[in-house]
Amino acid sequence: MSGSQTIQRSTEQSWTLLDLLDQAPGLLALSDTLVEITEGGAPVVALTGDLKYSNGLVRFAERYPERFFNMGISEQNMVSAAAGMATLGLTPFVADFASFLPLLCCEQIRTDVAYSQLPVRLIGHHAGITLGFYGTSHHATEDLSIMRSIANLTVACPADESQLAASIRASVGWEQPIYFRIGRGREPRVYEPEELRAFEFGRAIWHFRGLEAVVIATGSMLAPSKAAVSKLREEGREVGLIDMHTVKPLDRQAVLMAAAAGSPLITVEEHNTVGGLGAAVAEVLADKGSRSRLRRHGIPDVYSLIGPPTHLYQHYGLEAAGIEAVVREELDP
Amino acid sequence: VSTATAQQPVDAATVEMLEERSRFIRSEVIRLISIAKVGHYASAFSCTEILATLYYGVMRLRRGEPDWPDRDRFMFGKGHAAVAQYPILADFGFIPEEVLNEYTRLGNPLGDHPDRTRVPGVDFSSGSIGHALSAGLGMQLGGRVEGREFHSFVLLGDGEQNEGQVWEAAMSAAHHRVGRLVAIVDRNRYCLDGEVDEVMGIEPLDEKWRAFGWEVHEVDGHDVGALCALLRSLAGREEPTVPALVIAHTVKGKGVPHMESEIGWHLGYLSPEDEAKAQEHIAAGGERRRR
Repeated sequence: MSGSQTIQRSTEQSWTLLDLLDQAPGLLALSDTLVEITEGGAPVVALTGDLKYSNGLVRFAERYPERFFNMGISEQNMVSAAAGMATLGLTPFVADFASFLPLLCCEQIRTDVAYSQLPVRLIGHHAGITLGFYGTSHHATEDLSIMRSIANLTVACPADESQLAASIRASVGWEQPIYFRIGRGREPRVYEPEELRAFEFGRAIWHFRGLEAVVIATGSMLAPSKAAVSKLREEGREVGLIDMHTVKPLDRQAVLMAAAAGSPLITVEEHNTVGGLGAAVAEVLADKGSRSRLRRHGIPDVYSLIGPPTHLYQHYGLEAAGIEAVVREELDP
Repeated sequence: VSTATAQQPVDAATVEMLEERSRFIRSEVIRLISIAKVGHYASAFSCTEILATLYYGVMRLRRGEPDWPDRDRFMFGKGHAAVAQYPILADFGFIPEEVLNEYTRLGNPLGDHPDRTRVPGVDFSSGSIGHALSAGLGMQLGGRVEGREFHSFVLLGDGEQNEGQVWEAAMSAAHHRVGRLVAIVDRNRYCLDGEVDEVMGIEPLDEKWRAFGWEVHEVDGHDVGALCALLRSLAGREEPTVPALVIAHTVKGKGVPHMESEIGWHLGYLSPEDEAKAQEHIAAGGERRRR
């Protein structure tokens, strides 16, 4: 398992859009797993809105051209059309930037997909602030909040390529529509594939038990959280860590178990602190009248600055050192 | 006004049957709205002949088998007129008569807008204007993958032409060469706030659709013979690769004189006395026809 280092691109050579994919194992995993389940008989069709190089679906398209539909830059039409395809028993995977798919198509997702109980899979990629200096139009820090409030919709945030692959495999036969929230495919690897054979939506993964505090992380924040918690544990602090890969349905039992000792909980997400994982955990704690204090760590209800992603993570304390500092504040208030 | 090629005239018996079914639909709309005590009479009446023609004269369906995989699909863009579709679904044996008679009552599956999760025979839920053409397109693309050749008929409102998603779907259908997609615009000239061309103008509608790569036809949307001949000719095209758009010129509120082109009647309620008069008028339409 690697730490919090991200994959670096060489600055010695020229490169183009077409080279980016090879440096994004998380996106290769998207296409390759879709090919795998299609070969296994899953009735997959894949759609994107002029982003097949950005999300890697070009690889699926090369293998299954008759099952791939480039719908152009018309995302709302794409989502409703995917719902139409699903009425025939197909399983459409719709991939687009997380800044556009859940926000621009919120109503199509609500009415045509989720309310209509059609098993469309929505892949919101480049979620959070991974698109750095592209700016607010391309940041997605509201998508969990919006998608979480839509009934019938499963909301999953795989942490790395292994978990993305495992969750796509687990989606075969999953009747509900799913929103998969992923990064730019360059997230450090947390899991080996064989560690995730028992992956289930809605069942959190405990990395460490801890009596002093428990960190609950999702998606891209799992790797830096794990690095931060590991460091604290090396110092002898009993800090726990939960991978809450499914934000809905939330594993309420895991939250209650983490809060059983009354020690502080810290949620970590690359998302606004309003409405996302932190809010979901807060709802569970409030419902049960827990003694545990909750620290919701994320983007603090502002529009992110622009800048390189790694710099932004440092600015908002969303890299290992920043998370470690936040946990320390809760350990020794 | 149609320019469709190879149209076969529709025989007199078929025309008479479609006119009778249209009277049946109008009469049922009035009866059902009297249960709900509010409804979209006028929107339902402008598309009555279109629905009658599609269901009884054009679409490939099997009575009692709403999920037959090779059936033609129908999408209701102007879903607020679903009260005109429900009696047809009951007549086809897709929903029980008892359900129809409890229209909009607590827990009944039939609401103001058609709902595929609750109503057998509804191919796609509607209510939010602008989604239906995309859904019909998606079904065609899916049919291509599945190796099924059916038609998607999509009934659009003229106010619906204001929605951006309609034009996304129009562009996309032409690009993907989806020839078994037939959209019909119920050009009754009114949306909720008044005349479409005053609220948000849509003309020149034919040129817009042609520019988007569609084959465009115009027809009197209350002339069941002309509608049936045109829609059958479109459904009968060999290996079609161009989607077709029919501008059906209609009158909002058609069939009940005091409702015709009166904007208030987009939504309303008929008192028992007025309801009886309207029913008499619809029945008299049949009498006039027979004389």
